Amino acid sequence: MSKNTNSAHSEQFYKEKHKEEMKHQVITFAMMIIFTIIAFGLVAGGFSKYFTIPVILVLAVVQFLFQLYYFMHMNQKGHEMPALMIYSGVFAAALTVLGLTTIVWW
Amino acid sequence: MSTHAAEKRGFGAVLWDYLTTVDHKKIAILYLIGGGFFFVLGGLEAMLIRIQLISPDNEFISAQFYNEVMTMHGTTMIFLAAMPLLFALMNAVVPLQIGARDVAFPFVNALGFWLFAFGGILLNLSWFVTGAPDAGWTAYAPLSIISPGHGVDFYAVGLQISGFGTLMAGINFIVTIINMRAPGMTYMRMPLFTWTTFVASILILFAFPALTVGLFEMTFDRLFGANFFKPEMGGNVIIWEHLFWIFGHPEVYILVLPAFGVFSEVIPTFSKKRLFGYSSMVFATVLIAFLGFMVWAHHMFTVGLGPIANSIFAVATMAIAVPTGIKIFNWLLTMWGGNIRITTPMLYALGFIPSFTIGGMTGVMLATAAADLQYHDSYFVVGHFHYVIVGGVVFGVLAGLTYWWPRMFGTMLDEKLGKWTFWLFFIGFHLTFFIQHFLGLMGMPRRYWKFLPDQGLDTGNLISTIGAFFMAAGAILFVWNIIITSVRNEKVSGDPWDARTLEWAIPNPTPEYNFKQIPLVRGLDPLWIEKMEGNGKMTPAEPLGDIHMPNSSFLPFMMSLGLFIAGIGVIFQVDNNSWWIVAIIGFAITLGTMFLRSIKDDLGYHIHKEDLEDKGAGVK
Repeated sequence: MSKNTNSAHSEQFYKEKHKEEMKHQVITFAMMIIFTIIAFGLVAGGFSKYFTIPVILVLAVVQFLFQLYYFMHMNQKGHEMPALMIYSGVFAAALTVLGLTTIVWW
Repeated sequence: MSTHAAEKRGFGAVLWDYLTTVDHKKIAILYLIGGGFFFVLGGLEAMLIRIQLISPDNEFISAQFYNEVMTMHGTTMIFLAAMPLLFALMNAVVPLQIGARDVAFPFVNALGFWLFAFGGILLNLSWFVTGAPDAGWTAYAPLSIISPGHGVDFYAVGLQISGFGTLMAGINFIVTIINMRAPGMTYMRMPLFTWTTFVASILILFAFPALTVGLFEMTFDRLFGANFFKPEMGGNVIIWEHLFWIFGHPEVYILVLPAFGVFSEVIPTFSKKRLFGYSSMVFATVLIAFLGFMVWAHHMFTVGLGPIANSIFAVATMAIAVPTGIKIFNWLLTMWGGNIRITTPMLYALGFIPSFTIGGMTGVMLATAAADLQYHDSYFVVGHFHYVIVGGVVFGVLAGLTYWWPRMFGTMLDEKLGKWTFWLFFIGFHLTFFIQHFLGLMGMPRRYWKFLPDQGLDTGNLISTIGAFFMAAGAILFVWNIIITSVRNEKVSGDPWDARTLEWAIPNPTPEYNFKQIPLVRGLDPLWIEKMEGNGKMTPAEPLGDIHMPNSSFLPFMMSLGLFIAGIGVIFQVDNNSWWIVAIIGFAITLGTMFLRSIKDDLGYHIHKEDLEDKGAGVK
C-alpha cells in the first residue's frame, strides 16, 4: 500500500482499518468455536446420521471459508487471482469426485 | 546461440552454460532440442507402424514389437514431443510478449526442463532393458497391470517424473503471466499466444494431478502389491480410465490451445490487420478450457456408463464445437480484407484451418454416443485425432518455430525450403490420415498388428503408408532447413516480419535481460501502435537502472538426475532387493540438492547501469 503524503491522516485511517480487521477476526474466531461445539454436540446428542453428516459438512465448509477470508486475508484487495484459481481448482476436483461417485461407485 | 558471446567459446563452455542455465531463452532452446529429438524418435516409430501395415499379413516387425512401437509412438508424441515443443515456444516468446525480463521462477523453469528430459530418457531406456511399454499410450488396466516385464513400470515412473516437470512449467507460466506484465499490459491487451499459454497452464495445473494420482496407483499396483485396479482384490479397473481421461481430455486442449495462440499471432501479422474479435477469442479460449473438464467420459462411451451419463457427456462435448467455431470464423474474418502475405508460417495457418475443421467435424460425429459404438477403437478414431493433433498442434508448432525462429536464433529459416516442407507435410498428412477414416468405417480396428488380405483394406493402407513417407520427407527437409540456416548464419533485424507484438521490439540478438528498460504498453499490438504513430520503437516505462539477474545453477540437473536414478532403482527392486541401494542413492541426490538449495542463499547478480549504456541494446 502506497503511503500518502498526508501521513497523520493516513495513519489514522490505517489504525481504524486495523481495528476493524481485529474485530472481524475476533468475531470469526468466536463463531468457529461455536461451530465446533455445535458439531460435537450433534454427534454427542445422537441425532440421525442423515442430519448430522450434512450439517457438519456445511459447518466445515463455512469454517474453511472463514479461515481463507478472514485469517488468510482473501477478503482484501489483490487476491482476486488466487481466489479464481482456488475456485477453479475446487470446481475441477468436485467434478472429478462427482463423476466418480455417480458413475463408478453408485 | 542466442548470445553472440556463445560463438566465441569452446564446446565445453557452451555445454556447461546450457546445463546450468536458468535463462528462459536458453531453456526454450533446450526444450526445442529435447522435443525435437523425441519428435524424430516418435516419427521413426510411426514409420515402423506404417511400414508394417503397408500390405496385408505383413511380417516386417513382430507382434510384440509392434505393440511396443505403437505404445511408444503415442506416449512419445504426446508427452515428450508435442508438449516440450510447445514449452519451447512458450519459453521463447511469452516473457518477451508481456515485457518481462524472465519468467517468475527461473530456477524452477530449469528444473521443469530437466525433469522432463530425464523422465523421457527413463521412458526410452525401456527399449534396451526388458522391452518398452506395450499396453497402449492409454495403459488401460487390467492390461497394464498384468503386462509382463518392466515396460509398463517404465511408463508409470518415466511419465511421473516428466509430469512433475510439466506441472512446474505450468505453475511458472501462471505466476509469470499474472505478476510480470509490463506497465499498461492489462489482461485484455495480452497477445493471444500469451492468453492461450495462460489458460493451457491453468489446465496443466488442474489436469495433471489426476494423471499423477493415476500413475501412483499404477506404480503401487505393479511394484508394491497394492490393489487399486485389481477387481479380484476389490479394486476397480474403470477408475484408471476415469483418472486417465480426466487428465487426458484437458491434455488435448493443453496441446491445442497454444497452437491456436500461434495462429492468432501469425494470421494478424501476415494479414496486416488486428485480430478480428479479440475479446471473443479470449472468451472462446476460456470457455474451451472450462468445458474441457466435463467431457472426459466421451472417451468411454462403450464402457457402459449408462444412457444418462453418455448423454450428458455427449452434449457437453458437442458444446465445445461452439467456441472452436467462434475461433475459426475469427481467423477467417481476420484475413478478410487484409493485406495477405503468403509466408511459410501463414501457409501453415492456411493449411491448419480446413484440416482442423475436418478433425473437429469428425469429433462431433464421435461425440454422438450412439454412433460412437460403431466408430470406437477403429481407424476412424485414429484419423480423427491425428487431424486434430497433427492438423492443429504440429502445424502450430511448425508455424510457430518458423515464425519465431528469427527471435530465437537471430536467423531466418529458408522460405523456399519452408514452403516445400509445408507442401510435402500437408499433402502427406492428408494422404496418410484422410483414408484412415474410411478404413475405420470399413471395420479396421486400431492398434492391430496385422490386417488380412481381400477385406477391402489393402489399397487404403498402402495409400496411408505412402502419405507417411511424404510426411517423413517433409520432416527431413525441415531439419535440413535448420542445418543450412545455422551454417549460413545470416543475421536479420529484430523485426523481420513487420510484426505487431512486443517480442519484435527487441534488437537482434535478444540481450540476456530482454528489455534494457521495461516498455510502456499503450494497447493491443503495442509495437504496431508505436509504428503507426511514427515512433517505430517502444516508449520505456522506467529510467535506465541496474538489472537484477538470477545466477546459473547446476542443481536442477542434479535434482532431476537423482529422481532418474531413483526411478531405475524403484523399478528393479521387485527383482532384487539390492536395487533399493540404487533407489536410495538417487533419492539422496535429489533431497541433498534440495537441501543445498534451501540453505544456500542465491541472491543473483546485477548488471550495472554503466555497462548497459555501453552496449546500447534494448529499448531506448
